[in-house]
Amino acid sequence: MSIRITAATTARILRQLAGDRRTIALILLVPTLLLTLLRYVMDSAPMIFDRVGLVMLGVFPFISMFLVTSVAMLRERTSGTLERMLTTPLHKLDLLLGYGIAFALAAAVQAGLAATTSYWLLGLDTAGSPWLIGGLAVANAVLGVAVGLLLSAFATSEFQAVQFMPAVVLPQMLLCGLIWPREEMAGWLQGASEVMPLTYAVEALTEVGAHTSPTNTMWLDLAVVLGVALLALILGAATLRRRTP
Amino acid sequence: MRSAITVSDLVVERGRRRVLPGLSCSIAAGAVTGLLGPSGSGKTTLMRAIVGVQKVRSGSVSVLGEPAGSAGLRHRVGYLTQSPSVYSDLSVRANLRYFATLYGVGRGEVEQTLDDVGLGGAAGQLVRNLSGGQRARASLACALVARPEVLVLDEPTVGQDPVLRYDLWRHFNRLAAEGTTLLVSSHVMDEAARCDRILLIREGAIVADDTPDGLRESTGTRDMDEAFLRLIREQEKGRV
Repeated sequence: MSIRITAATTARILRQLAGDRRTIALILLVPTLLLTLLRYVMDSAPMIFDRVGLVMLGVFPFISMFLVTSVAMLRERTSGTLERMLTTPLHKLDLLLGYGIAFALAAAVQAGLAATTSYWLLGLDTAGSPWLIGGLAVANAVLGVAVGLLLSAFATSEFQAVQFMPAVVLPQMLLCGLIWPREEMAGWLQGASEVMPLTYAVEALTEVGAHTSPTNTMWLDLAVVLGVALLALILGAATLRRRTP
Repeated sequence: MRSAITVSDLVVERGRRRVLPGLSCSIAAGAVTGLLGPSGSGKTTLMRAIVGVQKVRSGSVSVLGEPAGSAGLRHRVGYLTQSPSVYSDLSVRANLRYFATLYGVGRGEVEQTLDDVGLGGAAGQLVRNLSGGQRARASLACALVARPEVLVLDEPTVGQDPVLRYDLWRHFNRLAAEGTTLLVSSHVMDEAARCDRILLIREGAIVADDTPDGLRESTGTRDMDEAFLRLIREQEKGRV
């Protein structure tokens, strides 16, 4: 792999994204608008908004980057550009890192805007630093990119790729402890939630919400999230076959 | 004849079908070789094997002395896929610049290549807004921009108007004169006359490997379509 090719690939993906104004607007504005909505839904209980809003802030980048990446990568696979890319000096890792970096940057802007709005305008209050929340949001976005890259291999159309979102994300949302305490779920569901990366992402965010300085649990959670992202990227690389039937 | 590409006993299966049942051929260096044959004859499969993206059952393909698809070849071989494979949400120039960076060539080459394929005037347009013929040329430009030693072009002139086709072939001949090895597929037989050598392929087997003049002589006809027909008839007679 080479830095020149990785950088050019990142720039190419960002340029493709920049050309699509409507997608940019949706990526940037939807989380902020939904958080605003949530704030006024919970108008009478700002303490609950502090808990739920914070988690939404950190999980949005995962969802939107998962969607954007799986569709973008599927296009790359079905349009023939992937096959062609693999005949050029581009290394698989250049392509994966290109996607990872480009969409992590997009996620950072998205999370920055949503966090600024939440803390300044919506009165979000957390014990820990907003910068930590931002950092966790970007880590979750990287997880979304990695899982999206991997799952795009199992979709043959954009319809399928989009349907992976509820299939992959919703169960994790239900089981991560946000909607119902994990200790009160059926035993086998507690076990299932322990192997889902979003559980750790949510726990890390909650830790920052409750403690003024980063806790060991938070660092461990972050390590799990990044570890799963790395694993998904490695598995994703294995699905990029140079030779096909 | 010095050969740049050597294919021996290549067997390729797609699904249950044996697309190439043991094909052998060699492609001359510094020349334009036309790979001609009807649709479904195995042209694309052979080309994919040469650039190293085709899963092969057995046999070997070597390009410039190295096994096809090896890492060292990837900046020496350019490939044009049959259906245009460029980023439709980028401009022609942005596509070309990206490919140029992959191969480490400069911006000067980008502008030169745009002119070579007659897209100088459309360089700023998004690929998705181009006509089919323009899109095919944008895709071709991405293969040409790095000036690779070997060019594998799958139907580069399909859908182009006669003037452009003439210009493109002249460009291919010029590249060959400068030492590039070109393998160009087509199902339009009259394009055979522009090649230095011709490989006729049918049902995964090489039917003829000759110069255009040699082919005309051996079949006793001026017309390439007719020559192809006579060859196949002879072959079928031989089989019975």
